[in-house]
Amino acid sequence: MRDELYQQTILEHNRNPRNFKKLEGATHVSEGYNPLCGDHLWVYVKVDANGIIEEAAFEGSGCAISKASASMMTAALKGKSVDEAKVLFNEFHQLVIGELKPDEQPNHLGKLTVFSGIWQYPARVKCASLSWHTMHGALEKAKTISTE
Amino acid sequence: MSTFDVHRYRAEFPNLKINVHGKPLVYLDNAATTLKPRCMIDAVNAYYVTGVSNVHRGVHFLSEQATAAFEYSRQVVRQFVHARRVEEIIFTKGATEALNLLAQSYGRHFLKKGDEIIISYMEHHSNIVPWQMLCQQIGCVLKIIPMNDQGELIFDEYLKLLSEKTKIVSIVWVSNSLGTVNPVKALIDAAHQKRAIAIIDASQAVTHTAINVQELDCDFLVFSGHKVLGPTGVGVLYGKEKLLEAMPPYQGGGDMIKSVTFSGTTYNALPYKFEAGTPPIAEVIGLRSALEFLQTISWENMKAYKEDLLEYGTKKLLSIEGVRIIGTAKDKTSILSFVVEGIHPHDLGTLVDQEGVAIRTGHHCTQPVMEFFKIPATARASMALYNTKEELDTLVKAINKAKEVFNA
Repeated sequence: MRDELYQQTILEHNRNPRNFKKLEGATHVSEGYNPLCGDHLWVYVKVDANGIIEEAAFEGSGCAISKASASMMTAALKGKSVDEAKVLFNEFHQLVIGELKPDEQPNHLGKLTVFSGIWQYPARVKCASLSWHTMHGALEKAKTISTE
Repeated sequence: MSTFDVHRYRAEFPNLKINVHGKPLVYLDNAATTLKPRCMIDAVNAYYVTGVSNVHRGVHFLSEQATAAFEYSRQVVRQFVHARRVEEIIFTKGATEALNLLAQSYGRHFLKKGDEIIISYMEHHSNIVPWQMLCQQIGCVLKIIPMNDQGELIFDEYLKLLSEKTKIVSIVWVSNSLGTVNPVKALIDAAHQKRAIAIIDASQAVTHTAINVQELDCDFLVFSGHKVLGPTGVGVLYGKEKLLEAMPPYQGGGDMIKSVTFSGTTYNALPYKFEAGTPPIAEVIGLRSALEFLQTISWENMKAYKEDLLEYGTKKLLSIEGVRIIGTAKDKTSILSFVVEGIHPHDLGTLVDQEGVAIRTGHHCTQPVMEFFKIPATARASMALYNTKEELDTLVKAINKAKEVFNA
């Protein structure tokens, strides 16, 4: 039996996504697109002079998994340094492909571990990781990120 | 419906017996690929167990046997599409390859800068991209027949697009994402009035209706084996002999040559000119078996049965609050594309899968159609001859369950 994919936290973030807006004054912006399912979003990050993420936001359309993932990501990024954000990106990536077991390995994922079962739904892994790849691309200054 | 014994046919499809997540499989993704009848699986198996050989190039027993089986399959396909001659049947690896072959061999040879190609708004990407590539290569122009809100082509607009510049009209017979059945005979006749050639993508039509290329008078027609109960990796290109004769080969290699020297090569006759390399032998043999199976069933009865399924499924889906059906053409096959308010198609696909129900979600390789209806994707239930009303009830229950999860 696979883990339940649609946990309450995910459903709740899908219904009421946090930071779901265009962020004025963003220092980093990137567009993410998954041609397979049509998920399409923009991620905005505002980094201050000390390299700390003041705010992150997203807009666009997608399934519940991609929306909830983006919503939780923007909440998690606030107050992190750019380097910390990159560490989190790597950990999240490992988590959704089933390489990181949050109960066994130290990590900084916190609430994001709600996605720990998604590796059992291979077709949906990209839904969860799209916003993260897009955020990473924004920090690296790439323009359009595709998970294809 | 007493004339159509669905349970008799269901018994022939072993894949129907499996469970998915502990529930009996309800397979409603037939527009993507159909399940396979036992006779087809046995035919492929027999080739691999006792009949392996290459074709057209050996004098030994197995090679002669494989060649005979391979060429007999061509006869069966000829008869299935009612082609005049067996030389007009080319085996490809699928409809996509057949369309690419036409764009590169016919298109590149006979079209020039400024010539026009007409396709429709509801084409599969495989009948869009090869023509776009050709346009980039030689500077010809792609024109698109628009559609209305029901997902029907607007015929008057098609007539306006046709001109002396039109050289190719390439149209899908049955839309894979909307289910619309296009009036192909009228489309072909109008193309011919302007001396354009007409290509028909019959990928979804092959399980919907009998095909008679001579009555249609299409110049080319393509379909994939796996959408007509056959194996993956094989497709059919039908072409009028005089056109195929005039076309240069698409790929070079073995089997497509008469003689090869380093100063030059002469090409083989039809159909081999277009079949470079070892063909998909097992798949061709399997396709034959699939078509023979299909021909034991009356088209009339099967059509009536599937129309009844479509009507039932449409009514049932519309009884769910928040469901909108995409594609409401008057003439439609048993394909139901839909969206459910408050649930993204992808989430719906995953949730109904938990109940053992296989539907397709996404843009179905028809992104322009999605853009037309201003939606990112749809859920699509496509029915085959072995589906039942009970299975559609299971789909409806699964959708209602998904709605509960999402409070939609």
